[in-house]
Amino acid sequence: MCTVVDVREETPRARTIVLDVPGWPDHLAGQHVDVRLTADDGYQAQRSYSIASPPGSAGLALTVEQIDDGEVSPYLTDELRVGDSFELRGPIGGYFTWNVRDGGPLLLVAGGSGLVPLMAMVRHRRQEASDIDTRLLVSVGSREDVLYQAELAEAPRQGVACHYTLTRHWDAQWAGWTRRVDAEMIGAVGPGPEERPLIFVCGPTPFVEHVADLLVALGHEAARVRTERFGPTGG
Amino acid sequence: MAPISRGFRGRRRRDVDPSRLPPGQYVVNDFPVLSAGPTPNVALDGWSFTIDGAVDERRSWGWEELLALPSETVTVDIHCVTKWSKLGTAWTGVSLDVLLEEVETSAEFVTARSEGGYTSNLPLADVTGGQAWIAYRFDGEALEPEHGGPARLLVPHLYFWKSAKWIRGLTLMDEDEPGFWESLGYHNYGDPWREQRYWSD
Repeated sequence: MCTVVDVREETPRARTIVLDVPGWPDHLAGQHVDVRLTADDGYQAQRSYSIASPPGSAGLALTVEQIDDGEVSPYLTDELRVGDSFELRGPIGGYFTWNVRDGGPLLLVAGGSGLVPLMAMVRHRRQEASDIDTRLLVSVGSREDVLYQAELAEAPRQGVACHYTLTRHWDAQWAGWTRRVDAEMIGAVGPGPEERPLIFVCGPTPFVEHVADLLVALGHEAARVRTERFGPTGG
Repeated sequence: MAPISRGFRGRRRRDVDPSRLPPGQYVVNDFPVLSAGPTPNVALDGWSFTIDGAVDERRSWGWEELLALPSETVTVDIHCVTKWSKLGTAWTGVSLDVLLEEVETSAEFVTARSEGGYTSNLPLADVTGGQAWIAYRFDGEALEPEHGGPARLLVPHLYFWKSAKWIRGLTLMDEDEPGFWESLGYHNYGDPWREQRYWSD
């Protein structure tokens, strides 16, 4: 069981839910939790959500993006409020994780809300005052879809190189990329395969398939490319 | 009795036979993809499927040899540990009974080995007796690489991570040894009907 202690709007479609979880055993950056909801007639629905908060933080933060037609995410983004409780299980996942002791350089590639587990890594790095070479590439439809904008604006000062590409809408002031991720973009973000970065890619399935294929074609070792895919279903 | 989530009603599907849906699962119509790394690009030239380990003699089949073996088309429900189930999926492939007939063994366990080093462990008794296939067609079409093509293991009565994608062989073992996800917190057996998702289940 957990109790909601805070909710924060991140974008028009996503919000962060901060939870008090008694007995939480702590987690690694990149892990997720299982959320189980129960209706008053006993009907249950379960889904997995990535943890946004770094290890050791006081509240456990999940960032949930609403999926059209979803069953669970609209409840979490619209209905849930401070003081509510639900069943939660975790942490889960022992592969798509990063700890400063794992070293770098680090290349993080996010499609949309695929940023959530990668942000836990960025936050962990900051908490540990690490200077590991870290590059972040975020691909989203439009500027307003970028999660954690204020925090990411500060990230370059902590040594995280942040790059953005908008794939649907942009205005004349936008100075970043305006296309889907391609080989040239990955080359510009770096580091190159000769530096043997640890690479984490998270996003919708077609995005992850595309980016992982590009990375391998550029010469990155498949075993150093860790992926987490999510589908349009799942809500 | 589980605690009620205030305001949650859910959207149960009326068109799904509840007896086909294990606890905690929901039905999808699309086909989600889950893999730990990039999708390998597997060339059929030089592809082989090998049974080795605790066997009298290792056996290997090339791609054309696999296709020449008697195949079956089965329609089964599949259940992913990430909670989606897909009902009535049609696969074509070779029953593991056909392949295992070619070796003598007293082993009780199997490690499925995939391109790229992924492994998953199963009791031998769970991949014999018409329960498992090396599948190379899905819905009548060649199996897509992202779903494990050219060939994957299909063990529909267990959570789908046991149905190793990009299968290249089976190692027969006298002792059980956890595979990739099984070493990372997932249940050693993985029965969806008993909700055996993680170690502690």
